[in-house]
Amino acid sequence: MAKKNDKNFEQSIKRLEEISNQLDKEDIGLDESIKLYEEGIKLAKYCYDTLKEAELKITELKKEVENSIRED
Amino acid sequence: MSKEENILSVSELTGLIKTVLEESFDEVFVVGEISNFKAHVSGHWYFTLKDANAQISCAMWRGLNNYVFFTPQDGMKVIVKGKLTVYPPRGSYQIDVRSMQPAGEGELQAAFEKLKRKLAEEGLFDEKYKKPIPKFPVKIGIVTAIDGAAFRDMISIAKRRYPLVELIIAASKVQGEGAANEIAASIKLLNKRGDIDVIIVGRGGGSLEDLWAFNEEIVAREIFASKIPIISGVGHEIDFTISDFVADLRAPTPSAAMELATPNSEQLFAFIDEFLYYINNRIFEITSNYKDKIEHLIKSYGFRLPQDLIKNKIQFLDSLLYRFQNGIESKFNFESNKVALLAHKIESFNLEKTLKRGFTLIKQNDKYIPRLKNFSKGIPVSIKFFDGEIKI
Repeated sequence: MAKKNDKNFEQSIKRLEEISNQLDKEDIGLDESIKLYEEGIKLAKYCYDTLKEAELKITELKKEVENSIRED
Repeated sequence: MSKEENILSVSELTGLIKTVLEESFDEVFVVGEISNFKAHVSGHWYFTLKDANAQISCAMWRGLNNYVFFTPQDGMKVIVKGKLTVYPPRGSYQIDVRSMQPAGEGELQAAFEKLKRKLAEEGLFDEKYKKPIPKFPVKIGIVTAIDGAAFRDMISIAKRRYPLVELIIAASKVQGEGAANEIAASIKLLNKRGDIDVIIVGRGGGSLEDLWAFNEEIVAREIFASKIPIISGVGHEIDFTISDFVADLRAPTPSAAMELATPNSEQLFAFIDEFLYYINNRIFEITSNYKDKIEHLIKSYGFRLPQDLIKNKIQFLDSLLYRFQNGIESKFNFESNKVALLAHKIESFNLEKTLKRGFTLIKQNDKYIPRLKNFSKGIPVSIKFFDGEIKI
C-alpha cells in the first residue's frame, strides 16, 4: 500500500498544511470543504502508512569510488 | 710530478664526496622549517629545509610521502628522517627523506590557522554560499569509514528518526595516508549521481592527527564545490576542522549530523494527528454553520421552497454532522494511545466510506456479525446504515 520513499511524501505533508490553511478560510464553501476534508483524510492515511511501514535502506558505493580515483 | 698524480677529474672528486657523504650520513634526523615546497605531478615532493643560518635541499619520493598524514606547507617546522645523497650531474647534495612528522602539535595548529585564514580570505566560509538543508531527504550520501562507529551510530539514528530515507555510503578512509584524497573523491562521486539530497561528511573522535584529513585543502575545496548541501560531523563537540567552516552546516558529532539531516517521525506522527483533529473539528463547524444558515433562512423569510427539497438538504447536513461528530468523539481520548487510535480512525473512515456506498453492518449484542456462522436466530439485530442505526 505505502509507496517507496520519493518526493510524494514531502508533497503530501505540504499538501496537508495547505488543506489546513484552506479550510481555515471564513468563506469556504460546503462542497469545497468536504472535498478538502476527504482529500486530507486520504493523504493523512498515506503519510501515516508510508512512515509506519518504512524500512531504512542502505546502499554502498565503494566500487565506484575506486574507479573514480583511478580515473583521476 | 706527485702533485699531478693527485689531480682528480671532477667526476672522480664528486665520486669521492659522494662516498664519504653517503656513508657518513646514511641515517640522519633533521629538524627545520619547510620552504619552497612543491608537490610534483609525478607524485614526488621537493622542498628546502632551513633554519636561521643554513638550508638543505630535500626530496621525498612518491610511495613514501603517501605515509605522511598531512600535506606540508611552507613555514611548517618538521622533523625528517632520511639519508644524504649526492647528485653528480649538478654537484649537489640533498636529503632523501624516508619519513616526516610535524615538529610538534603546535605546527599542525599553525598550519590549520594558516589554511583557515587563506580560505576565509577567498570567501569559502561566507554565509552567502551556505546551501539550505532539505527537510525531507529521500537519499542521504555519507562519506565516512564503512566499518567505523560513526557510521553505525548514523544508521541507528536514521532508523529511529526517519526510516523512510535511503543512505548511500561512499566508503572512505578517514585518517592516515590518502584519506583526504578519498574523502574528496567520494564527495565528487556523490555529486555525479544527481539523486542525493544532502551529504554527511564525518568521522568519530580522535587526536588532531586522526582528524587531520578534514583539515586538508583538497577536502575543503571539494566541499565548497559540492552542488549538494553538506553537513560536517567530525570528532566531538570541541573539535573544529576546516571542513566544518566550509560545510553548509556544522554538526558537533556524526550522530548530530544525522539528526540535522532527518525530520523526526514522532513529530510527523504528531503533525498528522493534529491535522486530523483540526479538520474533524473544522468540518463539523463548517457543516453546522451551513445548517444554521439554512434553518435561519427558512424561519426568517418563510421561503416557499418545496418541502422535500428543504428536508433533503437538512437531512444531508444532518448525516454529514453525524459523521463528523463521530470523528471528533474518537479524538477525545486520543492522548492515551495516539498511534493505535489514529489507525482506528483511519479504519473507521474506510468503514464509513463503505457504508456510504450503500453497504450495511449487522450487530447482535453489540458485536458485529461478519459471517453467517456468527449469526444467532431470535436475538435482536441492529443494522448500521451510513446515516443511522436501527434495532429490529
